[in-house]
Amino acid sequence: MYAQMIKSEASQDDPEKLAAFQARIDRGEKIEPKDWMPEGYRKTLIRQIGQHAHSEIVGQLPEGNWVTRAPTLERKAILLAKVQDEAGHGLYLYCAAETLGISRDEMTEMLLDGRMKYSSIFNYPTLTWADMGAVGWLVDGAAIMNQVPLQRTSYGPYARAMVRICKEESFHQRQGFDVMMKMCQGSEAQKRMAQDALNRFWFPSLMMFGPSDKDSKHSAQSMKWRIKMNTNDELRQKFVDQTVPQAEYLGLTVPDPDLTWNEETGHYDFTEPDWAEFMEVLAGNGPCNRDRMEARNRAWDEGAWVREGLMAHATKQRAVSVAAE
Amino acid sequence: MTQDGNDMTAAKREWPLWEVFIRGQHGMSHRHVGSLHAADAAMAMKNARDVYTRRYEGVSIWVVPSVQITASNPSDKGPMFDPADDKTYRHPTFFDIPDDVGAM
Ligand SMILES: [Fe+2]
Ligand SMILES: [Fe+2]
Repeated sequence: MYAQMIKSEASQDDPEKLAAFQARIDRGEKIEPKDWMPEGYRKTLIRQIGQHAHSEIVGQLPEGNWVTRAPTLERKAILLAKVQDEAGHGLYLYCAAETLGISRDEMTEMLLDGRMKYSSIFNYPTLTWADMGAVGWLVDGAAIMNQVPLQRTSYGPYARAMVRICKEESFHQRQGFDVMMKMCQGSEAQKRMAQDALNRFWFPSLMMFGPSDKDSKHSAQSMKWRIKMNTNDELRQKFVDQTVPQAEYLGLTVPDPDLTWNEETGHYDFTEPDWAEFMEVLAGNGPCNRDRMEARNRAWDEGAWVREGLMAHATKQRAVSVAAE
Repeated sequence: MTQDGNDMTAAKREWPLWEVFIRGQHGMSHRHVGSLHAADAAMAMKNARDVYTRRYEGVSIWVVPSVQITASNPSDKGPMFDPADDKTYRHPTFFDIPDDVGAM
């Protein structure tokens, strides 16, 4: 899940209008940009879609790290295509957020000065090629869990962005699993690398779904508005249930000694991630937070002359064509 | 507002927004697929290709400055679209044609 701990805003709107708005959502109608909406709905959505967009963009960094070092030309091309898709996901989402009355540059500036966040998962390093397998398999896998139901979210532009994203996401997960399969069929050293990648990415992946339901204060309003479709624990459980058999197929061990199949519930029982670590990473103290923010800031600053130059050129061309008329 | 729709009185240097329309391979009309930022039309076209047709989603692209689009207002929904409600005779199924008549 690329949006974690989204604070939902209370609305101070006219109760009658609020009730009519809620009724529209309950009827399953889509809310469109020009429709009336509560201020809280608008603000919560900007925060959520913005954080989701930032995650797509920052999420390119740990994988971009391996584009030049992928083991074969084919793997390089595949990884490049995957990373390019993530750039596209970021763009679709920024555009969806912009329909709510905020500009992409404003959102970017809020990311760069720390007012907006991105998913905690991208603050972990990608140390070996096997990490490219683990990221596609687990991180994109967790993202899919969250994004598939969001295709039915109440806000039209967000739902439509999700439809496009979901179409592309399955390629990401499968290419990751494919990397893992190759590693697991390889030498002992390669198998160890695959196991090591799973060891490092398992709990951070579980954190992607956000804190446990008993600690997530903002879910109820967002679920009423249908901008959050499932609780954090529901999605996390679904992810574990789906992923454990895949790990078994690979011959890998999930790094949780208490992981057991619960005959009664029909689900796996598992250990929750270390929430203190999660809060630390969100607070900016994860292994790569500083690196990621430095990289984004550098890209923004060093790209300024390109953005300005192209705008100046466009303005000049326009003046020339007006003069010629 | 200048002719291609960029509001140059605003001091902001942000690239303007463009709407992207794509015609797929099967001869259907261009369909709105999303929007993007670009400094000018040529760049909007290039970006549209990269952002919206990476998997052969289309064979033709239109890009239009977003500010050039006039949209109907949600509050006009009633007067705009309700008149169609009581004109069911505009649909062929309004008329019962006996089976004996044959295909029609
Ligand atoms: Fe993505
Ligand atoms: Fe992805």
